[in-house]
Amino acid sequence: MAEISKRGERAPVPAEWTYAPAPESREIVRLREQYGLFVGGEWLEPAESYETLSPATEEVLAQVGQASAADVSLAVAAARGAFEDGWSSLPGNERAKYLFRIARILQERSREFAVLESLNGGKPIKESRDVDVPLAAAHFFYYAGWADKLEYAFPNRTPRALGVAGQIIPWNFPLLMLAWKLAPALASGNTVVLKPAETTPLTALLFCDVLRQAELPAGVVNIVTGDGRTGAALVDAEVDKIAFTGSTEVGKAIQRRLAGTGKRLTLELGGKAANIIFDDAALDQAVEGIVNGIYFNQGHVCCAGSRLFVQESIAEPVIEKLKRRMATLRVGDPLDKNTDVGAINSRAQLEKIEELVASGREEGADVYQPPCRLPEKGYWFAPTVFTNVAQSYRIAQEEIFGPVLSVLTFRTPDEAIEKANNTPYGLSAGVWTEKGSRILWMAERLRAGVVWANTYNRFDPASPFGGYKESGFGREGGRHGLEPYLAFD
Amino acid sequence: MVQAPALPAGFELPLKQRLPRIGAVDQVALEARAGELAKRSIKRESKLWALELAIRCCDLTTLEGQDTPGKVAALCSKALRPDPSDPSVPSVAAVCVYPNLVPGAVERLAGTGVKVASVATAFPSGQSPLDVKLREVEDVVAMGADEVDMVIDRGAFLSGRYAQVYDEICRVKDACGEAHLKVILEVSELGTYDNVRRASLIAMAAGPDFIKTSTGKLPGAATLPVHLVMLEAIRDVYEETGRRVGMKPAGGIRASKNAIQYLVQLHETLGPDWLTPDLYRIGASSLVNDILMQIRKEKTGAYQSRDYFTND
Repeated sequence: MAEISKRGERAPVPAEWTYAPAPESREIVRLREQYGLFVGGEWLEPAESYETLSPATEEVLAQVGQASAADVSLAVAAARGAFEDGWSSLPGNERAKYLFRIARILQERSREFAVLESLNGGKPIKESRDVDVPLAAAHFFYYAGWADKLEYAFPNRTPRALGVAGQIIPWNFPLLMLAWKLAPALASGNTVVLKPAETTPLTALLFCDVLRQAELPAGVVNIVTGDGRTGAALVDAEVDKIAFTGSTEVGKAIQRRLAGTGKRLTLELGGKAANIIFDDAALDQAVEGIVNGIYFNQGHVCCAGSRLFVQESIAEPVIEKLKRRMATLRVGDPLDKNTDVGAINSRAQLEKIEELVASGREEGADVYQPPCRLPEKGYWFAPTVFTNVAQSYRIAQEEIFGPVLSVLTFRTPDEAIEKANNTPYGLSAGVWTEKGSRILWMAERLRAGVVWANTYNRFDPASPFGGYKESGFGREGGRHGLEPYLAFD
Repeated sequence: MVQAPALPAGFELPLKQRLPRIGAVDQVALEARAGELAKRSIKRESKLWALELAIRCCDLTTLEGQDTPGKVAALCSKALRPDPSDPSVPSVAAVCVYPNLVPGAVERLAGTGVKVASVATAFPSGQSPLDVKLREVEDVVAMGADEVDMVIDRGAFLSGRYAQVYDEICRVKDACGEAHLKVILEVSELGTYDNVRRASLIAMAAGPDFIKTSTGKLPGAATLPVHLVMLEAIRDVYEETGRRVGMKPAGGIRASKNAIQYLVQLHETLGPDWLTPDLYRIGASSLVNDILMQIRKEKTGAYQSRDYFTND
């Protein structure tokens, strides 16, 4: 017996439990060295091209085309041709078949898309695997269902497709935003020229494979890659509608450009959302909601809960809990299945985050970052929280679009509303309370397109999404998401 | 504001200043968090580390009407040397038995470091007079049990007689003397996560060494969300009083994979300090063999047939 217990003592027991690396394999993704522009169902050789990187390692992944104004015109002409040559007159249930097919292929190839999304965008694989790709497929499924029911969606009105939609999407959810844009446009009978973000074109280019697999008629969807010049060319091209998701600055420029042209426009722009915690909230779950609100996708979320309002009576325990929770966030390799926070999308974005964080320090807020070892190569920023933030600080006013949270306090529900609405933005808000009546009272008064109660950053294709004020106009998702792509006789 | 239960005098809950804050638990968000933690991918050396910890934290349990001294003796041998062919596999933390079987277990395990735990207080229902329960506790301690696993009076709890629940735990704690006390909440009878949290705080206020999910006698015993609620309550008590209370999930944990999910939750909620049999136990009977099989697989790269592991 004694012998056995001695043996027990000899067994080496390391003090720390560290998780071994659990990387998702890259093998499933076959990248080409060079990508062209997808126009009229064919790959067009671009005159110019540029490198697209993995932000986690700065490794060059591929060369992609920089579409010129002439290339964009070709794409729009292809879309126009496809629109007139059958797509617009195709019965709704036939269009639905293509959308269902696309959705199913996305599901079948979900791992491939998830890996590529994390590789090119820097987001953790668990998010691209569990959020981006499944939601993208769900969006196609959802709008496939509407394609033959447009008359029922808008009773007593006669909807018809607009024509060619020019769509410009951001780099934070490349595939998901593509789905948000394409699915309602195609379901309502439009054809599309889509420009992916400059830094994250690869899943959109891989998606061209899906379009071919689904045998979507040539020209119905055209994909042109490039920087802001390509986007500007698309805005100026012969399209019937522009749908843009991105920064407020660019959104305003587009709106000025389109004024008086008769082209339709929807904008989904920035945000500075208030996440409001009342003293009766389920605290541990609220802390999870705070973390999910701001550190999800490295804070590269237009509806991120970047301003935390905590009722003063519980500010201290909430901040303590939050800091403790932040220390467990695993920052690192986006392809590791245990990574919670991945890489910042680009050097430019990293510089912007650094600049705003420096301003927060200068203005006098207290900063906390959990100890974490950041990789040497690539673009990284540790999860950050500012406390003692005043409403007038830049970090409480401007969109940071990074893993940076500003904590403010309030005393009464009225004060929470006043402070939460005191921003040029109005995209989303969160309310945490056990009291149902207070949720409704708050939702009525918050000037934000989406109000989450006791949850945050939850998306569903059936739920409309969009902003107030400088967060843009028009809704995506749900029945509302069809309207911007339809004209009514 | 959530209504506080009627608290007995001297009720040193962690929430002195903020008594109304027993607080609430949001079911949807709780289950989402538990689900997310369950997806952690634990591989290779970190898996082996977790498997060995799971063995060291195991309360190897047999609680059957058909238990005999012979059965308990076999279990004790298993507890000491779970895998006779691999001496590097550590002993389990304790053997958990019914009161009548305590003497045999004590005899077998004396001086080995493996503890003897006994259930008591009219396990599993707890529906007996208090003096009977206390007498049972005194007896098992006198027979040499190192640890006592008691059940709370769910009848009293569900009818709102929280003070009675609390007082009873205090009395049992006294009766335990030096023996460690684990308080079984029997979560599947409590109905809501809010109740689990409330029962956890009431139990911890009475000063036990551990709180424990279940008797193992009912379906739907330990679950990951319930485990998380209890860990969060333990964390709140620690934050406010500095006192470390142990945790023991029991019932329904049969697979290594499942055991690792519990350990991940523990690790990411209470931190590395709790990764020890002094503060964490897993109540299980069939889990050990599955862990042994996984350990052998990690070490040799191949799965072995069940026939290579002893059934005790």
